[in-house]
Amino acid sequence: MAELNTGGDGGKGGKVRSKKSNPGVDLTAMVDLAFLLITFFMLTTTLSKPQSMPLAMPDKNQEDQPKDNLPVPERRMMTILIGKDNKLLWYMGKFEAPIVPPTEAAYGKNSIRKDIIKNTAIAKADTDKPDEGLIVNIKASDVANYRNLIDILDEMAINKVQLYAIGDITPAEIDLLKKTGLY
Amino acid sequence: MTAMCDVAFLLLSFFVMTATAKQPEPKPVDTPVSTVIDKLPEEGVATITIGDKQVFFTLPRAVREGTLQRISKKYNVPFTAEEYKKFVGMDGFGVPLNQLKGLLALSIADRNKPNVQKGIPYDSINDQLSDWVKEAREAEKEVLDERIAAGDKDVKYKDLDIAIKGDAKEDYPTVKRVIDILQKQKKNKFFLVTGLRNEDF
Repeated sequence: MAELNTGGDGGKGGKVRSKKSNPGVDLTAMVDLAFLLITFFMLTTTLSKPQSMPLAMPDKNQEDQPKDNLPVPERRMMTILIGKDNKLLWYMGKFEAPIVPPTEAAYGKNSIRKDIIKNTAIAKADTDKPDEGLIVNIKASDVANYRNLIDILDEMAINKVQLYAIGDITPAEIDLLKKTGLY
Repeated sequence: MTAMCDVAFLLLSFFVMTATAKQPEPKPVDTPVSTVIDKLPEEGVATITIGDKQVFFTLPRAVREGTLQRISKKYNVPFTAEEYKKFVGMDGFGVPLNQLKGLLALSIADRNKPNVQKGIPYDSINDQLSDWVKEAREAEKEVLDERIAAGDKDVKYKDLDIAIKGDAKEDYPTVKRVIDILQKQKKNKFFLVTGLRNEDF
């Protein structure tokens, strides 16, 4: 294909690549470049597709709410309050009488993930059904940022938390955050 | 060598053709990262971009015309055929409705300059974002109804998917406000656009 027919077979100059000993055009550089571009386009086309996290919010409309709400066992209920400066506060059970008192934590595998794993064990101990686990209520305060919310939702996905929802923070919980200096 | 060269260029042409050029966005945002590796559906997703307390809306191409027709009727703002054409060609936008005509008159390069677009109003007094989302969903339904009526067997009715693309540093109340707008119209399921987490989390 890409060989110049120079007539005659001198056999000198350039690399001899075919059985015919006429000097061929050196394609190495061109092919190198072609493969480089292929690699570039291959990687960019697959990497540029954005990831997405599906999020289902609880229905807010009053008339759609089920009449017979199933009570949630306290020991399976974890609440996470997102405060400022990438810090958060969590407790287990009811706000008035928590089973595990509010504890400050940070994001990542060494802090909140360990707590979630511990709490999942508490929740699992409370029930004998294998598919029931921890229920997490995520409450972000006004000083939180979007990254914090995504980090916590990501944590839910990493730990395969059975049920989680984003709720509205109560004034009492904001006071608690203020007291701990996270608001 | 010849065969390899042929294959290399064949693949190269394939990737060049399939690669889509990144469209310029009126508001480039730095999305937060997550470990979730689900991909965003490629087509039929309306994206709400949030950055610096401003909100921008990107509609899927198929519903752009229908949405603008509905908005035009609702707010009683007529648009010319030329403006409809330009709107269909425009990817994302973030202006109040009364500035939309002015935006459409600008060139593509000028539209995406900083401070040209200052976001769609989404406060409780002037909640245009809510109307855009609502009309886009209605327009999507209309498009699907038409295709079903035309005998397209492959079409299943589905609600318009909405994705929220927020800046990582955005305050939570702004995001919450957008989520509330969606929830108010019983849109409880949506996507949050994230990037791929590289560092050890």
